[in-house]
Amino acid sequence: MFDYSKYLRASKLPHIWCPGCGHGIVMKSILRAIDKTGWEKDDIVVVSGIGCASRLPGYVDFNTLHTAHGRALAFATGIKLAKPKMHVIVVSGDGDALAIGGNHFIHACRRNIDITTIVFNNGIYGMTGGQYSPTTPDGDRSSTSPLGNMEPEFDVVKIAEGAGATFTARGTSYHVPQLDNYIHKALMHKGFSVVDVIEACYTTHGRVNKKKYPSNIDMLKFQKDNAIPIEKAKKLSEKELEGKIITGIFCEKERTEFTEKYQKIIDSFSGGEK
Amino acid sequence: MTGSKFEFIQGNIACAKGAAYAGCSFFGGYPITPSTEIAEYMSEYLPKNGGKFIQMEDEIASLGSIIGAALTGAKTMTSTSGPGFSLMQELIGYACIAEVPVVIVDIMRGGPSTGLPTSPAQSDLLQAKWGTHGDHPTIALVPSSVEEMFTETVRAFNLAEYFRTPVLVLGDEIIGHMREKIRIPDPGEIQIINRTVPDNSGICPLPYASDSGKPACIPNFGKSRFHVTGLNHDITGFPTMDPAIVARENERILAKIYEQREIVDKWEEIECKDADILMLSVGSAARAAEEAVKTLRNKGIKAGLFRPLTLWPFPKDTFVKYAERAKYIIVPEMNLGQLKTVAERFTKRSKIIPVNLVNGEPISPEHIISVTNYLNI
Amino acid sequence: MGEKKFLEKIYENDKCKLFIRPELCKGCLICIEFCPVKALSLDKKKLVATADNIEKCIACGLCELRCPDFAIYIEKKKPKGE
Repeated sequence: MFDYSKYLRASKLPHIWCPGCGHGIVMKSILRAIDKTGWEKDDIVVVSGIGCASRLPGYVDFNTLHTAHGRALAFATGIKLAKPKMHVIVVSGDGDALAIGGNHFIHACRRNIDITTIVFNNGIYGMTGGQYSPTTPDGDRSSTSPLGNMEPEFDVVKIAEGAGATFTARGTSYHVPQLDNYIHKALMHKGFSVVDVIEACYTTHGRVNKKKYPSNIDMLKFQKDNAIPIEKAKKLSEKELEGKIITGIFCEKERTEFTEKYQKIIDSFSGGEK
Repeated sequence: MTGSKFEFIQGNIACAKGAAYAGCSFFGGYPITPSTEIAEYMSEYLPKNGGKFIQMEDEIASLGSIIGAALTGAKTMTSTSGPGFSLMQELIGYACIAEVPVVIVDIMRGGPSTGLPTSPAQSDLLQAKWGTHGDHPTIALVPSSVEEMFTETVRAFNLAEYFRTPVLVLGDEIIGHMREKIRIPDPGEIQIINRTVPDNSGICPLPYASDSGKPACIPNFGKSRFHVTGLNHDITGFPTMDPAIVARENERILAKIYEQREIVDKWEEIECKDADILMLSVGSAARAAEEAVKTLRNKGIKAGLFRPLTLWPFPKDTFVKYAERAKYIIVPEMNLGQLKTVAERFTKRSKIIPVNLVNGEPISPEHIISVTNYLNI
Repeated sequence: MGEKKFLEKIYENDKCKLFIRPELCKGCLICIEFCPVKALSLDKKKLVATADNIEKCIACGLCELRCPDFAIYIEKKKPKGE
């Protein structure tokens, strides 16, 4: 039904992601959302850090940049500021974006620079074999939390809003049509947009928490059974929302976009002192 | 040179003006004494001239932003000091393997750690070469005057654009903060080099292909689509673990510089040909060494100064030529013997006399001369 | 770029043509599990999806939507009347 070949570097397939990994689902969702924007491929830059999700740029036919762990947004800021006409999309895992990349994440939000960041949030460091990350659920086992994760997890949407992002949404790798919509809206939004995509890594996360996640299918079903749209969530108590995934568009507001503001300053001089 | 512009300015400002002269259009930086003035100058100059300045959240982000901007075709720069330079190391390696031209200015100060933020030192000479992991090319220029802060920054941009690699400019707090009269070159007086880019559009299949030894001709983002990564990659730009290709590419990014030394080498020789006492020194320490050479020559002692402006790669052939002749090699430097380790590699250790100072004060000519009193010349 | 053609097994009924690319299918079972009419099943030997019960297929496209690997897609047929 959808022809992906226009956007794929087909010679690079099959991709490296494990059977049942959510990343392929989210990548396809991004490609469908990009297709709806009608943007020129030469004008699109896909930037990533390091990790499983960060291998995505290698598979897609745009200007693609695979940077260092956590630094995608720093590179992306440089690209967007230097060439504002480019559409800059950052793909980053939960560890890449929120742990080592956390400082760049909050400052990119604060600047409200027109970049869309898609957080591939599977709550684990997959590439390095399954260590817990800032979004690993409480109590989950991992190769570095064999006694159960003791650290509380981040709410990516709340951090983004608190830091100044002007578009925030959360979707899951199960609710694919909604995800297409959130990503497309994020791409079209002028300002810093964040889509927190809850998805699953069975290979390094599911398998070591067999009771909770017996199979990759169950991990998808977990998303299906625990996702609650915002409107409904508003009517539920804190207790009832525990462990639930609240999906939807949380924030969509206008605030001066960083590169536009900068361009006004430049334009004010181009006429004047050279 | 009538009509040419003379200015009495700070070294840091001369550095920023040199960058502007070279066509720098993007600066990403973070405040740190003693280099902040460069960022301050750029924060006004660039937006007034169609360029972009951004103060990032830390030095890692600063280097990340200028590598990103460079990939769109801009000539980009950051400036920092020791602590920030340490934070930038990982991405310096990234710029080396991805072959992205950027200029990184390090105005050195007392180290280690916070050290002496407002005092001079030459504490990062070896870090400049070995600071980041892996075998990678290093080009590091060391100005020793306000004028050279201008001209060496211009040269840094030219070398970065030609070799498609990061180029370091190692100033120090003295050179950065002192003021001197300098002549600003007229536009066009110094040749400005711009990177060569392929003119095709659409997909660029072999961005990292290069005919033997020459730097690769890599497009800019927006011109034609290709992939950039910090993973070892082949000439298509995509990751590879093929041992033969990895070895060849790792060697190529070094060879592209070390096989064209005539382009990158630059040093100054002061009376080295017949020198019994040869001094090896760079940056602000070399100013004192030059004075010491004059004083010794006046006393009838054959002294000379060999001053690399391109510290890395080190101009060893010429240095060895003079070092073998000399009885003694004095190495004045504001650290505990970094340049000395380079001298030791190329001459008999017994001849080498280090003159080290790490108390935050500049080395004086008298201090250097005092060392020669015990030498039987 | 570097157009690479993948072997395609084609299944067909009155509603659609369904294509499976065994070289790309990793046997993750997602399409099989979430097919609303159980038209898909796992080829035990090659551990890849097959559409042995193609006659059940209602061309909803969920398999294509959920597949992480571009390994399955359909081409809907226009209903007879149009």
